This record gives sequence, C-alpha cells and structure tokens, in this order.
Amino acid sequence: MEKLAGQNKKKSFREPGTDSTYLIKTENLSKIYPIGLTTLTALDNINLAFVKGDFAGLVGPSGSGKTTLLNILGSLDSPTTGSAVVMGKKVETLTHREAAGLRNHHIGFIFQTFNLLPVYSVYENVEFPLLLQNFSSSGRKKLVMDALEWVGLADRAFSKPLQLSGGQSQRVAIARAIVKNPELVLADEPTANLDAENSRNIMDTMARLNENLKTTFIFATHDEKVMRYLKRIITLNDGRVAKDERAAGEGT
Amino acid sequence: MLIIKLALKNILGAGLRTWLNVIALSFSFVAIIYMQGLYNGMSDQMEKIAIEAEYAGGQYWHSSYDPFDPLTLDDAHGKIPDNLHTLIDRGEAIPILIRAASIYPNGRFQNALLKGIPPDQKILSIPSGVLENGGTSIPALIGGRMARSTGLKKGDYLTVRWRDTNGTFDADEFFISNIMKTDDSAIDNGQLWIPLEKMREMMDMKGEATIVVLKSGSRFAENAGGWNHKNLEFLMKDIRALFLTKSIGGSIFYIILLLLAMLALFDTQILSIFRRRKEMGTLMALGMTRGTLIQLFTLEGAIHSVLAAVAAAIYGIPLLTYSARTGFGLPESTDDFGLAIGNRIFPSFTGALVAGSILLVLTVTTIVSYLPARKIAKLEPTDALRGKMT
Repeated sequence: MEKLAGQNKKKSFREPGTDSTYLIKTENLSKIYPIGLTTLTALDNINLAFVKGDFAGLVGPSGSGKTTLLNILGSLDSPTTGSAVVMGKKVETLTHREAAGLRNHHIGFIFQTFNLLPVYSVYENVEFPLLLQNFSSSGRKKLVMDALEWVGLADRAFSKPLQLSGGQSQRVAIARAIVKNPELVLADEPTANLDAENSRNIMDTMARLNENLKTTFIFATHDEKVMRYLKRIITLNDGRVAKDERAAGEGT
Repeated sequence: MLIIKLALKNILGAGLRTWLNVIALSFSFVAIIYMQGLYNGMSDQMEKIAIEAEYAGGQYWHSSYDPFDPLTLDDAHGKIPDNLHTLIDRGEAIPILIRAASIYPNGRFQNALLKGIPPDQKILSIPSGVLENGGTSIPALIGGRMARSTGLKKGDYLTVRWRDTNGTFDADEFFISNIMKTDDSAIDNGQLWIPLEKMREMMDMKGEATIVVLKSGSRFAENAGGWNHKNLEFLMKDIRALFLTKSIGGSIFYIILLLLAMLALFDTQILSIFRRRKEMGTLMALGMTRGTLIQLFTLEGAIHSVLAAVAAAIYGIPLLTYSARTGFGLPESTDDFGLAIGNRIFPSFTGALVAGSILLVLTVTTIVSYLPARKIAKLEPTDALRGKMT
C-alpha cells in the first residue's frame, strides 16, 4: 500500500485565505429544500471540522441529514447558506467543472449500492478515475493492480460486476475510491447491503487504509458494526449536530 | 479518445439492445440508398433511352419546327444546309423529315405523324433496316404502343393520307413491315416511320428535312443557315423536369425512412438516459463533467449509426450489387407512368450517392442523439445518484 501512497502526488488545491489546519471545515452550514410552498431544512447550522486521518462517522436516524452533509462535503451538492471548505476550496463557490475536478483528484466515493459500472470489468471500474486524470497506460495498470491487491481482488480483475458477490462488489468500489490515493473518502452506508462478515471485511479494509495511508474517511451510517470502527462519531438529529465525540475505533 | 473508448465500451456492453437498434437503423441506411439508387437508375435509364432513340449527339431543327405546335409542321421543312449535308455524307448525322398525316386503321380515322428516316442509318436505335425492302407498297415501321392503339399487326396494310409541299392531298396503302419494341414512347405513339427518300418523293420535298440528328458524342455546333442547334442539355430539359416532378413524390418515402431512423435513435437515447441516471451520477461522482457526459451520450448515439453503416455494408453491398445487376422488373402498365424507363429498372449506386446518404444519416442521427443528451446539462449529481431526472 505504500506504493499506492507514494505514486500520486497532488498539487496544492487550497484557495488563499482558507484554514490549512483542517481538511474540511463547515461554518453555519444549512441546506434547505423547497417543497411546494413550504421548505424542508435538511441541515441546520452545522459547524464541523475534520483533519487529515480522521475516521469519522455521521450517524443518526433516516432523514437526519447524513447523506446531504456527505454530498456537500463531496462537492456533489452545495449549501443553501453558510460555508463548506473542502481541501481549501469553498464548495458553494465552485463551478460544476471545478467541483468535478475536486472529486476526480481528491475525493473517493463509496456508495451503499456499490454503483459499479456494469459493462466494465473489475479492472476497468477501478481504472476509470485514472482515465479521467489522463494517467499513462503503464501507470494506470500498476495503480489498479495495487488497489485490487489491497482489497484482495487481484485475481478477479477481469470479472464483470455481475459475477461478484455483494462483499466483493463493495471491495471493488473501495479499490476504485482509493486507486487515485485521495485525501478524502466519503462512504454512504457502505455496509447496508452486506452481511455481517462482509461488513467486517470491508470495515477492516478501510481501517487499514486509514491507518497506513492516513486517508480521511467519513461515513454516513446507522450500522452498529460500522460505528465500532469509528474514531469519531458525529450524531445528527433533524439536521443538527446533536453530539460530536471521540470513540475507541477498535473494530470487532 | 477516452470518450470514444468509453462510448464503444458502453454500446458493445449493452449487448442485444445495441444490436437490435443497429440492425433497425441499418435497414434505413439500405432502404434510403436503395431508393435513391432506384431513382438514379430511372433517371439514367430515361436519359439513355432518349439519347439512343431520339437525340443521339444533339439535333438541328428547321427554323419553323416546334415539336409542341403541330400547326408549324406544314412549314417545318427545308433544304439541308451544306455543312450539315457534309456531316450526313460522312455518316455523322441523319436527316429526318416530319409531316402530319391521317391514317385509317380498321376503317377509323386517326391523326398521325409521318417520319422519314434513312433505312441504313446507325445513329438512332430505331430498327430502320426493315424499311429497306417494302416491295411495291410503302413500308412503315410502327412501335408497340401504336400497334396496340390502332390494332395493327405486322404485315397489315394501312391507308394513309397526307398533303404534299403544295398542299395537295394524296393517299396510299402502307405495309406494316415491322413492329418495334421500344421503351421510348416519344418515337412510338401515333407515329409511322417510313424510308426518307420515299417520303421526300411523296411530299415533293427532294433533299429536304425537318431535323438533322447528330451522331452520339458529336461536338458539331456550327451555325447552319438558319437551322437551330439544340444540344443535349436543351433536349433533355423536359425529361429532367418530368423526372423531378416524379421524384418529389418519391422524396416523401425518403423523409419517412429518415424519420424512422431518427425516431429509432431518439427513443434509444431517451431510454438510455432514463435508465442510466444512476450511472451518470456515479460518473459525475468520479469526476466526469456534465460536458463530457453529454459528449459521451451523443457519441454513443453517433456510434450506433456508424455500426449501423457497417452492418448495412455487410448485407447491403451484396444486396444492392445484385439488385443493380439484375434490375427491378416493371409491369407493362408502367408505360402509363409517363416515363421511358423500360421494363426493368437498374438501380444505379454511385459513390457520391452512398457517401452522401451515409453522411446525411450520420449527421441527422448525431443531432438526434445530442437533443436528449442535452437534458444532462441540467442534471444534479445528487439527483442522478438517486436515479432521479431533473
């Protein structure tokens, strides 16, 4: 994994005047959706900061704003008011192209339903973010195989997603998220579709990545099994931070 | 390069859905090219028939001759100018004398045109050689349509009445020496072809003619003592105008086929964009821009057309080649269509026709692929990931 860590040096992406202490910082962040003539406040005055190497989880019941916050931190969405600075970039001021660039170079995503591209092989799925970055063919091959080895799927490189189990599919998604060695990985309910054993494997894999590469992981989850791995648990309730506490992060 | 690779991968990965669409689209390619080839073939054939049977390398008309005004025929004759005579003597032109006459087939009166032609001529595809031996009667050659309309058969005798150069009526029995089969109704309907010298004698018009037909490929275009030179461009004008009228009707089918091709692709694109919203969301999450996504989906549509062109080539080339060789049989009643197209149409597929049709379909389908893809420009990544279309 050291190979993965060393190969992909990132250019500074930070906007002048932003706080370099934090990887992510939100200030008075709110997200309000118009619903007909009324509005729904999904996030209300969120003030959070994450540093490099965090292994944090956003927990809370359905509708508490976990996924919305994760989407904003991943520059897939923007706040209605307030600010979210991600790796020195203000998400609310990014153009679509800039947001795409931020996601492509610095953020890895892991989804509940894996979101693998069905017509591509495992290898091609993992290779995809590197293709968008115009990596050379030999560079891509090495990084992809390293990432697949890391998640223990090097021998399934040329299988199609439909030929994989749920656990294997999620490991491919992890490989795809980490192949570009991002500073930040956002995982939305990564174990929701997995059984206990696969969930444990997945969380072990991500904990190792966090440990070895110092990649920052932020989860949105209400899975007890995930929570046992977290070093920081942020509880959201009705769009507000109800609790922000350190945890043991010991896994099983 | 990346999006070409991705588009190809997505299309081929879609399997049967892609191939069904490609095959449907390829039918449009082949049908459009076949139909255009058919029209080209008809047009080529009409011109070829008219050149072979009527116009050859162009004509000289007597100054009074107007083929659309029968009343001018009385005066439309004269001595052939010297320079045209030289051509005739060299076998590079033939004189034709045209006069109005009345015929009485089976006791009925009918107007007709008498046309005098040298029996030994080789410039027009009229079998005038049969006029060489008429015996004591005046031999006449008529076409199949004329034979049908008058009930005349080979070997029949026919009473013909005419007026000579002085306006004096005369009449005689003509012997139907042959019935020619021709695709060109303009040398058939209401016409009797007789030996030129015999006709000149009957009309007291020695050395005269109404028109002079130049040999095919002739570049002769000198002034000829008041006789008017009519080149092929002029002579073909009416045929081309007539064909244009007919082909406008045909273009409706062309448009329908093109619309079908567009519809097939438009539907596929709409369905594809609808079904693949989550994939689009994933691609956006991975860092693909909306612009690249639009390019990707547009390109996928365009590649459908390229694959369709390849599929069309695989079965279309042998099919169209066979069709161009064997032609397309037409029923007898096609004569009523008003065009001299023969009893078989041989479609004509030129490189320009094939390339033009492919280019047109490719352009149209690319535009059609782009239109639904534009929706992506408004797509929010979070909505796409949820499988929602904004």
